[in-house]
Amino acid sequence: MSGFLVRRLGQSLVLLVLVSMVGFAILHLAPGGPMSQFASGSDMTQEDLDRIAEQLGLNRPLPVQYAEWFWRMLQGDWGRSFRDGEAVLNVIGSHLGATLQLMLTATLLAILLGVAIGTLSAIRRHSVFDTLATVGAMIALSIPTFWFGLVAIYLFSVWLGWLPSGNRSTPGDGSLPDLLRHLILPAMVLALVETAIWSRFMRSSMLDVVNQDYIRTARAKGVPEGRILLRHAFRNAALPMITVLGLQLPTLLGGALVTETVFTWPGMGRLFLDSISYRDYPVVMGILMFSATLVLLGSLLADLLHAVADPRIRLG
Amino acid sequence: MSLTITRPLAAPAFRRFRRHRLAAFGAATILLLTLGCFLGPFLLPFDDTTIDIMNRFAPPLSGVHVLGTDELGRDMLARLMMGGRVSLMVGFTAMAIGMAVGILVGAVAGFHGGWLGAALMRFVDAVLCFPSIFLLLALAALVSPGLLSIIILIGATSWMDVARIVEGQVKSLRERDFAVAAEVLGASDARIIVHELVPNAVAPIVVAATLNVARAILLESYVSFLGYGIQPPVPSWGNMLNNAQIYLTSAPWLAILPGLAITLAVTSFNFLGDGLRDALDPRMRAR
Repeated sequence: MSGFLVRRLGQSLVLLVLVSMVGFAILHLAPGGPMSQFASGSDMTQEDLDRIAEQLGLNRPLPVQYAEWFWRMLQGDWGRSFRDGEAVLNVIGSHLGATLQLMLTATLLAILLGVAIGTLSAIRRHSVFDTLATVGAMIALSIPTFWFGLVAIYLFSVWLGWLPSGNRSTPGDGSLPDLLRHLILPAMVLALVETAIWSRFMRSSMLDVVNQDYIRTARAKGVPEGRILLRHAFRNAALPMITVLGLQLPTLLGGALVTETVFTWPGMGRLFLDSISYRDYPVVMGILMFSATLVLLGSLLADLLHAVADPRIRLG
Repeated sequence: MSLTITRPLAAPAFRRFRRHRLAAFGAATILLLTLGCFLGPFLLPFDDTTIDIMNRFAPPLSGVHVLGTDELGRDMLARLMMGGRVSLMVGFTAMAIGMAVGILVGAVAGFHGGWLGAALMRFVDAVLCFPSIFLLLALAALVSPGLLSIIILIGATSWMDVARIVEGQVKSLRERDFAVAAEVLGASDARIIVHELVPNAVAPIVVAATLNVARAILLESYVSFLGYGIQPPVPSWGNMLNNAQIYLTSAPWLAILPGLAITLAVTSFNFLGDGLRDALDPRMRAR
């Protein structure tokens, strides 16, 4: 286990450094680079700009700047928002809760539905249900999330009037039923694509397991089919799904961004778009780096969990 | 005995038939959409920019405007077709750019291996850590929005999967006899890559290309919907949905029609890609 752990942690550290380099490159690709906030729309002279560049250390060689930027990031100094001078990590932190709430609910929903659909599809392979699930998953993966959100708002808020069309709660009413009513639509919309993906992975994982020798052995022993599927096949098929959690994180984050926009959900995605329209580069960069780090940690965690659950991974 | 044999044989045959039917549906829809978007506007009495102020918010099937009009009284069908031209064009060209970059990176990484290959592929891993919509929006906000810039940006954020596929293919193919033979005969590295390795990896490349068109159309719609892609008055399926949310109560067709067009196009490319995978790549054949 320790060999696997060290190897996997090493890979993640290398990847973190590379991710930071990509981020730093994007920061400096901006027209005017990190100086753009001063250069545009102000009456500063070139001398003023040069002085600011000198004070901020922007006239030093890029590798030195990068090293310092990366070191500051590691210490938690991610710069300050152009809008209100708030530390970037605090700004992200205050929006993270709403995003996590949405992502966790949607993921939970998607796992429950997706695992059930995928298992049934695999057991009844080539049945009408399997065909419908396959075609349905393909269509679900093709629907633009934001449009599905609009259609859901039209159906459930405008037409039926059952659910609120946006925001996290009614102002002045923070009760649990109110919060839940606001959560249903965005979580459902975000869960659509995730459910499709989970059901496909679960189906193929289940089919892998069903063809294994130990399933044939169990059948030969005369174990009842229902028991084989549940105790032998399902358990082993569900195990590799831990890694799907990690694999799915980029899609989930991207989906959350779009969903939050449609439902005016006060999370990180909403913050990202607001920051882009304000040209608040420190926050934009912060969210970019934060989400990439989250993805990296997610896949590391999923791999470690998988290794804990499956001895073949850590020993092989 | 014969019964027990026909069943397992019939099942995959039925499945292949069904799969290919979906792929055929995809191909036909793509053809129809493309023809409709590029020829249709010549048959319509309305221009996509003609403002019919007396007929604002005309619902579909209510008068001369078959699919209704938008908030300025512009014909929805004309706008859908002109928007389709833009969206399909972005889909194809962005795919081409992404494929070119991906094939180049993947081929070099797979052929050279060693530190260069490892470095390139770790770079691919690093870029894949960024959710593509975040990356695309951050980049789109930095450049002046337009058709060309959005095509380049979508291409620049969707080459990584192709690079991975090509790298894997080239790595395994370069040890094969025909590649070794070409090397022994004194062919240059570039010649071996272009004439021996890439053509033999063409099946997964074609599949990835088809799926990437779907992806590019989706990404364009996301970015344009959020206001950083194709800019009005040029319509695209994505930016037609831009204002639609405001009029959701009074004119839902403004939101429903462009979304249906996107879903139809993306589904078709996904079906086609899936069918091609079954047909071209036996190892990848879904069960």
